[in-house]
Amino acid sequence: MDYERRRDTVIVRLSGELDHCSAQSIRRELDGLISDQGIKRLILDLKEMSFMDSSGIGVILGRYRVMAQRGGVVAVTNMNAHVERIFILSGMNQIIKII
Amino acid sequence: MQIINQMKLEFLSVPENEGFARVAVSAFAVQLDPTLDVLADIKTAVSEAVTNAIVHGYPNRLGMVQISAVLKSDGLLEISVSDQGTGIPDIQKAMQPFFTTQPEKERSGMGFPVMQTFMDLVQVESTPGQGTVVRMEKRLRRA
Repeated sequence: MDYERRRDTVIVRLSGELDHCSAQSIRRELDGLISDQGIKRLILDLKEMSFMDSSGIGVILGRYRVMAQRGGVVAVTNMNAHVERIFILSGMNQIIKII
Repeated sequence: MQIINQMKLEFLSVPENEGFARVAVSAFAVQLDPTLDVLADIKTAVSEAVTNAIVHGYPNRLGMVQISAVLKSDGLLEISVSDQGTGIPDIQKAMQPFFTTQPEKERSGMGFPVMQTFMDLVQVESTPGQGTVVRMEKRLRRA
């Protein structure tokens, strides 16, 4: 993954596959990026992500909880139709903005 | 309906095999020329079933996971994912959206609902202490 930070926002471009196998390392990397309490907005760019299942929902939901605790937000962008179906099925679109 | 192809896979319950399993089943299904969307549905459902076997079937030890798949002449793909692990005490409860036995590990509890959404049929048989079989069907093309 690569990322860029702009003031209180960090944009993370996830690539490859997000499943149970890769979830732990992705979770650790994301938590490292948002450990700075000054970050209020986490934007996940899924354009280069080739696969995601419900383990990915768990990872995104977990980061949402971290950000919500400090009054921050999580948004997702460039989601393909398949990932969007999983997203909507789990009601994630109600708490995480799709941009 | 006639069987036109059949395969069986067996692998150790390590997370690295989740990707292997979904790609293998998808490669098997591709011979009936399904759409990319249908292949994505199959990959996701297999990934969910195999992850369940690894995470919940064998939570504290390694075991073997089996996948068998059958292609029928009417364009139907039948998949079964089995383990000989812990088993599920209450299948109905386990299949409810957001139900998870491991919330501390950030599981979404959406494995079975995803399988049910992406496949045409999902059936679960389980015996505590003996294991679980998840059977799924997907129509790849019209008969």
